[in-house]
Amino acid sequence: MKICITSSGDNLESQIDQRFGRCQYFIIFDDTNDTFEAIANPNVDAGSGAGIQSAQLVVAKKPSMLITGEVGPKAEKVLQAANLKIITGENGSIKEAIEKFCSPMVRE
Amino acid sequence: MIIAIASGKGGTGKTTVAVSLAISIGKNVQLVDCDVEEPNTHIFIKPKINKKENVSIKIPQVDLEKCNFCGKCSSVCAFNAIAVTPWSVSIFSELCHSCGACIYFCPQNAISEIDKPIGTIEIGERNELNFIQGKLNVGQAMPTPIIKAVKKYIDCSKCAIIDAPPGTSCAMVHSVINSNYCILVTEPTPFGLNDLKLAVAVLIKLKIPFGVIINRCGLGNNEVEKYCQGRDIKVLMKIPFSREIAESYSFGKPLIESLPEYKEAFQKLFRMLESNYG
Repeated sequence: MKICITSSGDNLESQIDQRFGRCQYFIIFDDTNDTFEAIANPNVDAGSGAGIQSAQLVVAKKPSMLITGEVGPKAEKVLQAANLKIITGENGSIKEAIEKFCSPMVRE
Repeated sequence: MIIAIASGKGGTGKTTVAVSLAISIGKNVQLVDCDVEEPNTHIFIKPKINKKENVSIKIPQVDLEKCNFCGKCSSVCAFNAIAVTPWSVSIFSELCHSCGACIYFCPQNAISEIDKPIGTIEIGERNELNFIQGKLNVGQAMPTPIIKAVKKYIDCSKCAIIDAPPGTSCAMVHSVINSNYCILVTEPTPFGLNDLKLAVAVLIKLKIPFGVIINRCGLGNNEVEKYCQGRDIKVLMKIPFSREIAESYSFGKPLIESLPEYKEAFQKLFRMLESNYG
């Protein structure tokens, strides 16, 4: 399973970025092999539609779950159209989020 | 001749000036309310509306039978108004600027244009004054298509007085553009001065000649006057901070009708603008 977490930095020690559309990084974690990819968000300074573009980017990575702080209504519409499970209101580090939401085999 | 009334800061007296100037001209005059998010000159003019017209913008519609979800429309959209996922296309019409790029670039010819109503134009008159106003529908976010539609009704053989929206964003720019002259109404407060400077910068860029009316004189400080002197900006008129004027406004009465001594001042101002910039 792949999960996407909005992150303030490019590693697992970083904190969850509370914004979705304008977060600094998207961390895509794959729990089948415990690897992750950090994608710098190109929409941080978008004039408009940052959430829409970010949602499109995340959906293209095919995660089954998104973990973030808040998702705006436009981004939510795109994410829901892709049947992505959205978990909001999360904070703490990326590592903590992975431990909380991924299968027990990754916890060490 | 087209004279735009703008301000930078809101609530400085644009409508007061626009209404009084238009009434003082009397004949062959159009009062054009481009503050389409909340047009209010009609409160003072009380025009008889003869004609209403709907304003629509073009937005894309995707035929999902033809679409192959390639994402080209989304990548060419400068306003991020389209999201394409492997099995869905979401269009956010509130962000669409009707540029047509998505339609032009769609390799499947899957996108067509449909009309989306965003507001109305109302045309009327009072005595010999022509009145035009635009109204943006509640919940719509894009005033400029209405402003452009309103300005199509400007009759070049007449004098048009444009009441512009506050601020210095697209709506203000589209309202004042192509004017022969712009009157900036400000107040002698730090906020008034700050936003006046922004509006001045816009007009310099647009190469529109302008002057300043200081409203509510006596309030605040004299920094606005100092600024105008320093930049060689003409102060066209000063309107005092007075209870009488505020009361007249709150009753929906034009300044020059409740205080007729201003009629001559506005007529003189118009003659000066007409002979120098008309």
